[in-house]
Amino acid sequence: MQTRIYQKETNRNLPKLLLESLKDLNTSRFLAFQLAKRDITAQYRQSYFGILWAFVTPLATAFVWMFLNSSGTVKLTDTGIPYPVYAFAGTLLWSIITEAINSPIQSTNSAKSILTKINFPKEALITSGVLKLLFNSSIKVGLLLIFIFAYGIELSWGLLLFPIAILGGLVIGNTIGLLLTPIGMLYQDISKLITFGMQFLMYVTPVVFAVPDSGLMKTIMELNPLTPIISVGRNLAVGLPLEYLTYFLIVLAASIPLFFIALVFYRISIPIFVERLSA
Amino acid sequence: MTNTEPTVQANNEITKSNETLVEVSGLSKKFCKDLKTSLWYGVKDLISGYSGNKQKRELRPKEFWAVKDISFTLKRGECLGLIGHNGAGKSTLLKILNGLINPDEGKVVMKGRVGALIELGAGFNPVLSGRENIYNNGAILGFTRKEIDEKLQHIIDFAELQEFIDMPVRNYSSGMKVRLGFAVAAQMEPDVLIIDEVLAVGDLGFVLKCFKTIDTILPKTAIIFVSHNMPMVSRICNKIILMDRGEAKFQGDVSKAIDLYYSRFASNDSNVVYSDNTFELLEIKIENASSVEGLQQIKWGNELRLQFVFLLKGSVESSLRIDVIIFDKEQRPVALLKDSKADYSNFISENKLVFNLLHKNLQLSKGIYSLNLSISDDKSPKYRVNTIFEFQVTHDQDIWQPFLLEGKAEKIS
Repeated sequence: MQTRIYQKETNRNLPKLLLESLKDLNTSRFLAFQLAKRDITAQYRQSYFGILWAFVTPLATAFVWMFLNSSGTVKLTDTGIPYPVYAFAGTLLWSIITEAINSPIQSTNSAKSILTKINFPKEALITSGVLKLLFNSSIKVGLLLIFIFAYGIELSWGLLLFPIAILGGLVIGNTIGLLLTPIGMLYQDISKLITFGMQFLMYVTPVVFAVPDSGLMKTIMELNPLTPIISVGRNLAVGLPLEYLTYFLIVLAASIPLFFIALVFYRISIPIFVERLSA
Repeated sequence: MTNTEPTVQANNEITKSNETLVEVSGLSKKFCKDLKTSLWYGVKDLISGYSGNKQKRELRPKEFWAVKDISFTLKRGECLGLIGHNGAGKSTLLKILNGLINPDEGKVVMKGRVGALIELGAGFNPVLSGRENIYNNGAILGFTRKEIDEKLQHIIDFAELQEFIDMPVRNYSSGMKVRLGFAVAAQMEPDVLIIDEVLAVGDLGFVLKCFKTIDTILPKTAIIFVSHNMPMVSRICNKIILMDRGEAKFQGDVSKAIDLYYSRFASNDSNVVYSDNTFELLEIKIENASSVEGLQQIKWGNELRLQFVFLLKGSVESSLRIDVIIFDKEQRPVALLKDSKADYSNFISENKLVFNLLHKNLQLSKGIYSLNLSISDDKSPKYRVNTIFEFQVTHDQDIWQPFLLEGKAEKIS
């Protein structure tokens, strides 16, 4: 029989908390799957266009930039591959990262009603968010493959490693989102800041244009931790040589322990913001 | 050798049934009244939460104690009733027991699986059907897919929703939602069950079914039950905590606690509904009755002697009828008290009408009652006042019915 003790002195033993967190992550597998299934079906049940909405934004952004480029309104450097593929691969990966950052806060927010009433492993919310992300991403990747075929780019072995880049994007996005969730549940400014911030960040990441050869922009873009993910991901998909690979691996390696810390903080902070939730 | 085995087993059974499942000591919780301040305190609590603070927590500006210093233990087979006025802190206490929020002082130890019936359709997604929501809710409560598959038909039958189980939950009535929620929670076989006033919504059939289920699971479960329905509380619970503004005002015996709960709501506002200016009620009381906190008490079975003093401002006919209507705490009219043969003009002296209205052997069941007065004669009503008086009937037994009649069984010769 499980014994639970609730008292005011919170347990600060990080390894123990992490172990509990991972255990709950494991036991809540079915719940996470149910929540993800529920949200995915509910999302498209009352919608006519249904699944199309999953990739409308990256597609639209890519089309805008394709038009801007082909009409000469904006002059972009040559990227080595047909620009539509470059743009769409970029916006696709960018939308995956953005969704990954938003996912923890959104999942926790939508679970407000059960958070204030029933005790369940909260890690399930994070996992269900990841499952939803994987579902949406696989649709987008499918579309990207269609683009690649359509523009006659050769398939390369890199395509098999492409999912790793996506996973990298998911991990780093979820880590950032998870770290922001406790305060994001208190103040609504945070999610607005994220939306605003991501729109701005898109222009200092090589999403729709390449890193310039010199200058301030180059420095900023190369410092940006999201740059290697977009760059490595895209190059894997189209078979170009991998730039920024070491940076990519460093970012990935750094985000894994950060993710665990974020998980523990999330666990500690749940009762604190739940008592202030309005449901 | 074989003789000792059954005893050992029996001992294990006994220890199992006597184990304490819930232990609460010195529990306190504070909340902030102002939203923005509360969010800011939230940020500070987050920071101190990460660094683990062990300092004693005082009330910061705009905070108040929602729960203060509550202690109790609960063993398997016991049912604790939590009663109190709205805002006394009952639901907050339940949330702490359920692990949803952290206490500010004190400690809670919960053993075993905890099930909670906190609200209609908590966790139901309105767009999905009842069946899909059973899987959802079951998963939230910790069941595996296999366990839910096994229990699915049982749950649908218990909730009596065979016909509507594939309809979206948003189209369910509130009774259907609570039936579904209760069915899923009841199948859980929890060690500790927390019920927060959800039973008020169901129809009679559902309420009866709930009682039956609670009776069945009570020996194996510790139940914490919050309600405003005193007959339900006295039927199910064997001990009570009466909460008043966060504190445990009384803890222990069921009937005494219910009496105290009633006495908190005793009000003294009477209002004249109609008067033709013949009468004015000056005084009413029970003769020779003790009073507790201003409320006169009379023991069940004793004489009820109501003493009336009216100021007479007009003439009185001999056909005057004076009716006293007795209402119980739930505002049900339970009795009409009158003397149909009296000639009230005999009780007039100078400009006052003074008399006692006597009823021998008062068999009203335990509770607080209020009186309405109606005076009329053959031609027209003359004086009607509501809530002229309140009194309490005391007895050991608390029953739902308005009257506890003394019966005598005899042999048929």
